Amino acid sequence: MTIVRSAVAGTLESSDALVSIAPSRQLEVHVESVVMKQFGDAIEASVRQVLRELSVTGAQIRVQDRGALDCTIRARVETAVLRGGEEKPS
Amino acid sequence: MSKLCTTLRSAMEKAGLTSGMTISFHHHLRNGDHVLNMVLAEAAAMGIRDLTVQASSLFDIHAPLIDHIKSGVVTGVEANYIGQLVGRELSLGLLDKPVVFRSHGGRPAAIESGRVHIHIAFIAAPTADCQGNLNGLYGPSACGSLGYAFSDARCADRVVAITDNLVPYPAMPASIEETVVDYVVPVESIGDPKGIVSGTTRITRDPVGLLIARYAAEVIRHSGLLKDGFSFQTGAGGASLAVTRYLAPIMKELGVKGSFGLGGITGYMVDMLQEGYFQKLLDVQCFDLKAVESIRDNPSHQEISAVRYASPDAKTAAVNNLDAVILGATQVDEGFNVNVHTDSNGFIMGGSGGHSDTAAGAKLAMIVAPLFRARLPIVVDKVITTSTPGSTVDVLVTQRGIAVNPARQELAHSLKAAGLPVYPIHDLRSMAERLTGVPRPVARGNRVVAKVEYRDGSLLDEIYQAKD
Repeated sequence: MTIVRSAVAGTLESSDALVSIAPSRQLEVHVESVVMKQFGDAIEASVRQVLRELSVTGAQIRVQDRGALDCTIRARVETAVLRGGEEKPS
Repeated sequence: MSKLCTTLRSAMEKAGLTSGMTISFHHHLRNGDHVLNMVLAEAAAMGIRDLTVQASSLFDIHAPLIDHIKSGVVTGVEANYIGQLVGRELSLGLLDKPVVFRSHGGRPAAIESGRVHIHIAFIAAPTADCQGNLNGLYGPSACGSLGYAFSDARCADRVVAITDNLVPYPAMPASIEETVVDYVVPVESIGDPKGIVSGTTRITRDPVGLLIARYAAEVIRHSGLLKDGFSFQTGAGGASLAVTRYLAPIMKELGVKGSFGLGGITGYMVDMLQEGYFQKLLDVQCFDLKAVESIRDNPSHQEISAVRYASPDAKTAAVNNLDAVILGATQVDEGFNVNVHTDSNGFIMGGSGGHSDTAAGAKLAMIVAPLFRARLPIVVDKVITTSTPGSTVDVLVTQRGIAVNPARQELAHSLKAAGLPVYPIHDLRSMAERLTGVPRPVARGNRVVAKVEYRDGSLLDEIYQAKD
């Protein structure tokens, strides 16, 4: 998946996360979270795993987390990628 | 002699304010209070330093206190509750001397026993006459009960009443009497009504909160306490308030006539009084306009002092006659200890208030809280701060299950027999962690920034410096 346009998914409601994605040559993941100290590393690991699964190798990703569960974060990242991406021509 | 002073400055000078003194404030004007800021600004202008602020509670509106600490005007803070704005700075180590937290019952006990000595008490008075008869019932800043200020007024060396509603002598009723008041200062405004009382307190519409409240009401039903003469206290927040909505129909169904409602009083408790569920309300603080109107107009709704509310030194206090209390928590540990002082990062954002007093006094002390809040499980291995000892807590109610203190086997039995979802508290923790993951422990500094005094004056816990 190649990120070709900016896209967002999610909200800034409590227990949700807002994920913004934009095209970039490298992979840049930026996480802000109300539970940074407790789950910051876990959130970044989940984001990177979803990106890997979707074969995203270049993108700017910003996660503004308001205490979302891991499943929510993964879903928001996946949706943001699908909204901002196109299948690579092989 | 004339007690009337034309300016706050002259009252403070006559009262003999000097550096190093302890000055006190009460919090019935809550997040609308102008008095504490007004007094500290004047003290700063007078060149006073090294004051200890002895406040029943501090709210976000008191943020100017932060600058008075930085400039050395204030070097000590003691309170029963500190909101997150001021709490955050104190948590980072703003004061050299640790903050002292007490409870709503422990504070007046400390004042009346002389363990806390107040040099000058500043009383925010919604109504006052020229001799210092005071009440909270009338005027543009009406707040209802003045219960937390009674001990300050009785025990301080000097008492200064600050009012924006000076009435002809004698003001009636006199909650605080002229016999203890030294000076009266009329000012433009003592508070912002919008911050003093909320227009209406609303019951949560969050389905999680409503489910917790429904379970809580069922726990009361099956506790064996719900019979004629039942007495009850609940908070104004989230699920606590919603318990009244589920409890009322149960009382009706069983034909139970309650005796009294206690505590900070909301419009929902007033409704229950008016509809006959309870015969009396004992009120140490009004939370909304309906409560203010009721305490003014209904003789069955009475103002009480903090001593009568909750003092452990009183011969008896109302909390000792309480059947059930509903309380909140930021954390509960497997020993049922409750934290209401600090958030999950160790920052001060609250305080005991009447939490530990009512838990100790009530026959049934129930904590209501969601299983997890913003990905943080409510049940933890060890609470960051012990606000209320687990030995005084009977039940934890969450939306996914109920945990009963192992010391209350009989209660656990009744709740299980009633078909309620009762689990060991450890299981509630695992249930949450399966959904949230296991949170990493939060690092904290070595310095003690606050001490938590239990209601009897013993040291309950210490709060360490928080890190950004």
